[in-house]
Amino acid sequence: MNHFAQLLDRLAYEPRRNAKLRLLQDYFSRTPDPERGFALAAMTGNLTFREAKPAMIRGLVEARVDPVLFALSHNYVGDLAETTALIWPAPDVTASLDALTPGRGDAPPPLGHNNPPPHIPTLAEVVETLATVKKADLPARLAEWLDALDETGRWALLKLITGALRVGVSARLAKTAVGALGGHEADAVEEVWHGMVPPYLSLFAWVEGKAERPTTLNPAPFRPPMLSHPIDAETDFEKLDPAAFSGEWKWDGIRVQLSGGRDEVGSQVARVYSRTGEDITGAFPDLAQAITFTGTLDGELLILKESRVLSFNVLQQRLNRKAVTPKLLEEFPAHVRAYDLLTAEGADLRPLPFAERRARLETFVGALDHARIDLSPLVPFATWEDLAEARADPAAVGAGADADAIEGVMLKLRDSPYLPGRPKGPWWKWKREPHLVDAVMMYAQRGHGKRSSFYSDYTFGVWRPRQDGSLELVPVGKAYHGFTDAELAKLDRYVRNHTVKRFGPVREVAYGLNEGLVLEIAFEGVQRSTRHKSGLALRFPRVHRIRWDKPAAEADRIALLETILARGTSEIAPGATLEIPS
Amino acid sequence: MTFSASDLLTLTREGLYCPLGDFHVDPTWPVPRALITHGHADHARAGHGQVLATGQTLRIMAVRYGEDFCETRQEAKLGEDIRVGDVTVRFAPAGHVLGSAQIAIQARGVRVVVSGDYKRAPDPTCLPFEVMPCDVFITEATFGLPVFRMPDTRDEVQKLLDSVALFPERAHIVGAYALGKAQRVMALLREAGYDRPIYLHGAMEKLTELYKQEGVPLGETPKVVAAERGKLHGAIVLCPPSAIQDVWSRKFPDPVASFASGWMRVRARARQKGAELPLCISDHSDWPDLCRTIRETGAGEVWVTHGQEDALVHWCGIQGIKAKPLHLLGYGDDGEAEPGVAEVAA
Repeated sequence: MNHFAQLLDRLAYEPRRNAKLRLLQDYFSRTPDPERGFALAAMTGNLTFREAKPAMIRGLVEARVDPVLFALSHNYVGDLAETTALIWPAPDVTASLDALTPGRGDAPPPLGHNNPPPHIPTLAEVVETLATVKKADLPARLAEWLDALDETGRWALLKLITGALRVGVSARLAKTAVGALGGHEADAVEEVWHGMVPPYLSLFAWVEGKAERPTTLNPAPFRPPMLSHPIDAETDFEKLDPAAFSGEWKWDGIRVQLSGGRDEVGSQVARVYSRTGEDITGAFPDLAQAITFTGTLDGELLILKESRVLSFNVLQQRLNRKAVTPKLLEEFPAHVRAYDLLTAEGADLRPLPFAERRARLETFVGALDHARIDLSPLVPFATWEDLAEARADPAAVGAGADADAIEGVMLKLRDSPYLPGRPKGPWWKWKREPHLVDAVMMYAQRGHGKRSSFYSDYTFGVWRPRQDGSLELVPVGKAYHGFTDAELAKLDRYVRNHTVKRFGPVREVAYGLNEGLVLEIAFEGVQRSTRHKSGLALRFPRVHRIRWDKPAAEADRIALLETILARGTSEIAPGATLEIPS
Repeated sequence: MTFSASDLLTLTREGLYCPLGDFHVDPTWPVPRALITHGHADHARAGHGQVLATGQTLRIMAVRYGEDFCETRQEAKLGEDIRVGDVTVRFAPAGHVLGSAQIAIQARGVRVVVSGDYKRAPDPTCLPFEVMPCDVFITEATFGLPVFRMPDTRDEVQKLLDSVALFPERAHIVGAYALGKAQRVMALLREAGYDRPIYLHGAMEKLTELYKQEGVPLGETPKVVAAERGKLHGAIVLCPPSAIQDVWSRKFPDPVASFASGWMRVRARARQKGAELPLCISDHSDWPDLCRTIRETGAGEVWVTHGQEDALVHWCGIQGIKAKPLHLLGYGDDGEAEPGVAEVAA
């Protein structure tokens, strides 16, 4: 448990992806089974046990610590688990806090049969105990563990058992680290992942070359998806042949995979996976019942009502729910618009060229004949100009009322196989032009990792009329990319030279009608927000241009953003996080 | 009326004042006569008339402020009684930084100990704290909450060495206060067997040199040459905490931002500072040591100068010890100040 705790502690502070990967690899290579397997399960969210409630932890600590001192400490530290981890008194000394620790200069009391060393629990022990322990026995077990662990160990344990283990590691990153132990890509791990259970002994044995690749027993496995690159309209088209590509709409939904098959006793198994391989079947029972086939479909999850695709804003209302109720299913019926077929009736179609897979897909979806699954139509074009027109006005080229849910076009090389990951060349996305607004920099914050000495995150605002008609700046968003390193150095210098106030890592810069820096911000849409004073927030904002030349007074007014919001063109940002109801 | 501790020591605008001896202790403004506990800038200021302090503290002040930091100076020998006006004072080691001392002030049967800043944890760069029995013990409370229980410094230094081993291509930049903390980190690294050069920001060069002259072995500690920063792969570099967010730190190869401070005990603090490798190394007493020390002095009354005084005053109450906060202004906590404050001051 202590090694796992130390890993979590390091990961929690490390901002760099590659450094996290190295820490994970180091841990997996040095830690024996089954400990590392349970650690992997903890980080990929695959542990299930009875979670401890904060009230129980509070009860344990309040029985051991003076309530005033605990309250002062909790108030100072701010986090219950962390306060408890730090304040938990050493065992076997008199109850009051004063006698907590003998001086570190003194020799520790000799260990012997009257003073046995505390047994430090392994993560495996903790997980196994939590899975079987009776509710009434949990506090006593927890107290024993807290007695045996150090501050970091207690913190990790409390975070784990309250279900609040957030250390900035995605399941994908953890799998990447496991794969790297044996020189495998994360996708290779994904292929065998579903159907395996903690502590993943066969997985580790395989990546370390001690056993054969585990055969997945899952009849409805996840297949790592093929992803696209954004096209640079200025330079890429001249190198590409329009006749070699198929066009499709780029739907503004969420990418999913529908996987179905028969288990060993012949029962149908149906799974819905997110793009990252998360099993989201539980959130979409309406889709799961449509998976009556044996095969794997790749497509876009959308809300379809009266044969019309609704905007992402509507889809979000289905996503951000705790419980899947009949009312929710009726109000927001889920639908999949399929655009690829990866396996069918036991055959792996991924090595086939796109054109052939497409033909099979059309037959497959036709034969399936299910109201919740249909075909994403092709967008015919002969020249890049044709495609540009379709992108500019999908409604005019056959998308009709669905045009609101289209965020651009996709280009797929007709003779390319289906390659997991993001290979450069076969698939391109060409998104609709972003919206632009001229905004004024108001605050700047230092970045993380390589950017920790740069003010790289900028809060910006637009002008809003006060009651008396005068103008004030109100923040509408924050941007931290879109500029080059050279521009960042200039922006950083600007912030340092125009600081008027400091709040920890944040600086307020000078802004007003007569001073301030205008940033041209590109964004994908406008949302209502309670977080900003303006009541609005931009989706996926990034710095498009730095307008060193433009006076702050000439930046845009909030009316521009309100118009965009009112037009309902506020489809989703590609960077929005997906929250799946559990 | 009987003579009491509040007659022996009073509070003035400049800080603690002893009327019978006509001197201040660690005054925050220039005064005619000052007794100084240790060399940190918030306790040892320039411009006093006479200064009485340990020889090491006097030499630290001379390095920081120049030889003319006061009109006349007198060295206080540890453990010796010194007559100042109508009182007797005695300096004893405080274990905080090189030269740091507590000062016992005694007159008419009343003895008060001003502890300055102190710690009980082992420190290879200074003499260990000595308990001086007293009637009134004046203590700091920088880490005066029971959540502050400092870990073994050897484990913290090992964290740094492990990281250097795991990321041998990255420079490890450790923010540490230039007087005391920096040299303690160097000494701990040497104790752990690290024998490569430890690179220093220019701001800590002179004080480190002084430590060496005072007989603290710190090994090879070259100053960082600006043009060579990009070549310091896998090096350990010490700098003042504020330099980490400064443009100065940019040129190092993919630097790991580390801080050596007791504040690193609390995650929110560490994150606020932008620490990627927090090292919980404190030059102040942690909670158990504050409590232990108060008890060991046998003091019937405790005055708390600065820090988290509420909790410590409450604890004294539970123990049946009279206690009050002094609310002294002007003492930060030696570069371990609240995030932001040090930056503004720097």
